[in-house]
Amino acid sequence: MIAALALVVGIVAGLVLRPTVPTWLEPYLPIAVVAALDAVFGAVRARLDDVFDAKVFVVSFVSNVLVAALIVYLGDKLGVGSQLSTAVVVVLGIRIFGNAAAIRRRLFRA
Amino acid sequence: MPDKPEKPEKPDKADETGEPEDAGRAGEAGDPAGPGPEAASPHRRRHRRLIRVSAGAVTVLLTALLGFAIVVQVHQNSSSDNLNNLREEDLVGILDNENARAERLRQQIADLQQTLRRLQDSGDRAAAARQQAEQDVQSLGILLGTLPATGPGVVVTVSDPHGNLTPENLLDVVEELRGAGAEAIQFGSVRVSTDTAFTAPPGAGGGASATAGPGGGPGGGSVAVDGTTLVAPYRVVAIGDPKTLDTALNIPGGVAASVRNAGGDLTVTERNRVTISATRALPVPKYAVPTRH
Repeated sequence: MIAALALVVGIVAGLVLRPTVPTWLEPYLPIAVVAALDAVFGAVRARLDDVFDAKVFVVSFVSNVLVAALIVYLGDKLGVGSQLSTAVVVVLGIRIFGNAAAIRRRLFRA
Repeated sequence: MPDKPEKPEKPDKADETGEPEDAGRAGEAGDPAGPGPEAASPHRRRHRRLIRVSAGAVTVLLTALLGFAIVVQVHQNSSSDNLNNLREEDLVGILDNENARAERLRQQIADLQQTLRRLQDSGDRAAAARQQAEQDVQSLGILLGTLPATGPGVVVTVSDPHGNLTPENLLDVVEELRGAGAEAIQFGSVRVSTDTAFTAPPGAGGGASATAGPGGGPGGGSVAVDGTTLVAPYRVVAIGDPKTLDTALNIPGGVAASVRNAGGDLTVTERNRVTISATRALPVPKYAVPTRH
């Protein structure tokens, strides 16, 4: 699993380098991370179902991150920033839970 | 995550890196020298392979980036005081809370300062009152005779060799001293005060006549002062202005003259410092009570 290794490499790099987040990025980074996590869980589920396509994963990852950041930005501008951000996190959380449940079913029953 | 590694391909990136999708399709369509209908497959397969591999590479990159971003965000969240991450409306709410809190604390400071001032004032007043009370105790003690005293004054020696002096004569001496401003008087061993009584000693027949009665001694007469029997010569100590006391006793026709007329003698010695050590107990009034004012 090269991707799992890559995840570990990224974590180690983050612990070693300890960069500071630029100010313009700060409100979007947590949402982007959750959106990316959703894409990753979806990819793991697809892998277990043998329908994984790297192209689909890349596109969904990037689009998830961009859409989530866009929604947060729009919400801030409209004045409903905290509500929209909450909504995005809730929806992503629901999807993550759904994917995680499917993964669990695949791993422990099938 | 790379997909099933069934095809052990090593794609030749040098050829295919810059190849756009259209060029791939055009190549397979217009190639006359190619192997025919299967010519579509290798190009398309290579094209698909390129996409797969590059997608695989990007996947790896993206997962690494995700791990990196997770760690960075966790570190960011744990270290900062989280004010940077808040929205404007939240920050305004926090600012309002802090302002209200600062206002309450300022009010509290003002109240406490006022209380402090009040306590300091009352503390000062209490100290002044105590000081005044202590001074009063001193003055009253001296004047009433409950405290020993010292100061400039006179020592008066009254001799009565024939025992002719009456208690009234001796009382006159004390009264004259009082009138001249004596602040404390000691007659013999007794402190003289407001209600000191000069009486004939018990057993003596009162009156001016000579007998040295049972209380009389070799010096002459005797007298009872507040019940204490004293025998002549009497030593009277008075604290006050020495000159005034001396002059008062020696007024022509005054106390000194009366004593000498009765056969005794009176001498006054001015002193810079006399000590009165006799004291009396503080009398407690039985009938009089202070009026409210």
